[in-house]
Amino acid sequence: MNHMMLYALVGVGLFTIGLYALIVHAQLLRKILAINVMGSGVFLILVTLATRHQELLPDPVPHAMVITGIVVAASATALALALMLSLRAATGQDTLIEPSE
Amino acid sequence: METVIQLSLVFDVLLGLGLLWFAWRSLSCPDLFKAIVLFISFGLLMALTWVRLNAPDIALAEAAIGAGLTGALLLAAWVRLESFDALNRHDGHSEDTETHEK
Amino acid sequence: MKNNEQVGKMFHMLLILLLFVMAVWLGYVVLHLRASPPGLNALVGTSLDTSGVSNPVTAVLLNFRGYDTLLEMGVLLLALLGVLSLGSASDSRETPPGLVLDFLSRLLVPVLILVSGYLLWAGAHAPGGAFQAGAVLGAAAVLLLLSGWHLGEQFSGLLLRAVLILGIGVFILAGIVLIIFSGNFLEYPQSLAGAMILMIETAAMLSIGVTLAALFQGIAPTGGQDK
Repeated sequence: MNHMMLYALVGVGLFTIGLYALIVHAQLLRKILAINVMGSGVFLILVTLATRHQELLPDPVPHAMVITGIVVAASATALALALMLSLRAATGQDTLIEPSE
Repeated sequence: METVIQLSLVFDVLLGLGLLWFAWRSLSCPDLFKAIVLFISFGLLMALTWVRLNAPDIALAEAAIGAGLTGALLLAAWVRLESFDALNRHDGHSEDTETHEK
Repeated sequence: MKNNEQVGKMFHMLLILLLFVMAVWLGYVVLHLRASPPGLNALVGTSLDTSGVSNPVTAVLLNFRGYDTLLEMGVLLLALLGVLSLGSASDSRETPPGLVLDFLSRLLVPVLILVSGYLLWAGAHAPGGAFQAGAVLGAAAVLLLLSGWHLGEQFSGLLLRAVLILGIGVFILAGIVLIIFSGNFLEYPQSLAGAMILMIETAAMLSIGVTLAALFQGIAPTGGQDK
């Protein structure tokens, strides 16, 4: 087994860490950071699976998908940040939890 | 030849552990500004990882968009959050909702 | 109150346990996938000569899976529409940029523009391409915005909107025109493939750069900050 496969395990670890932080933190900015980390983990797994062929060059289709994914993740982050700032301006809240609880 | 393979394995292990460490520190840091800066450094380490995985196109895109633009967006949003806080403190309001930091 | 805390702690432990099981399971699955799957490697390798470029990633992005790239630019535009429709900050403090930012932006912005042009051209045969070049261009624009530059009034109306839709517009137009030539949406004739890819990539680069900078401007507090 190629030792590059350890990057796939790193990707799984990043996904898990991101998912844990997404569930546990209440602040929206931290949730956005967590989603980005989860995305990076998934991209790592995709690209590692593209390097499995020893004799040929890496498979370029997952590379193209990951580049697309990076751009889409950045634009989704921008939209999420704008929504968070709108929420903060409208209600003064940092989280989605109602303050009366 | 053996030492080259051993060195590259050591490098990969260090890089992988560094990625996990930076991600964990970024997501568990109580200070939001430090968390964003750690996230930007995490993005730069990811760019290194892409180079290691024979994906230079992705490395360029990650360094420019993933670390650069996303980092700039996060910092800009943080500045605006801080200005909201400053406004609240100036008006004498109490602290906003408590966060469930773990 | 204490009971609530204990229940919370229990849920926390349960969450950590479930996530650990999920991580172990995912790791096992990822490591034990089939050793040498067919992959699309060979297919791209044999078709690379007909694609018009020699960088396989650019060939996949702009030729073989060009439709995905078209939709991706649509996603960028959609995100920008969302950010702009949510309104921007009303903070209008105008502070002149600090010394370091002023000097560096004057130094870096022309270099960044040159680098983006190079990345666009080199994308055909080396790592690079429209997205990387557009991102560098966007970074140059963000640097300018941070140092207090404002787009002039005559540029920020119709011209800005035209550049924003230039990328996806050229892509769709090219696809429709190609229906006349090849009978299929976005099927390049082999002799024109390289030129078409370059044309679409140039339009995409400009569009992506301006879109990313506009995304930043929608989030950032207005006025130059010297931090």
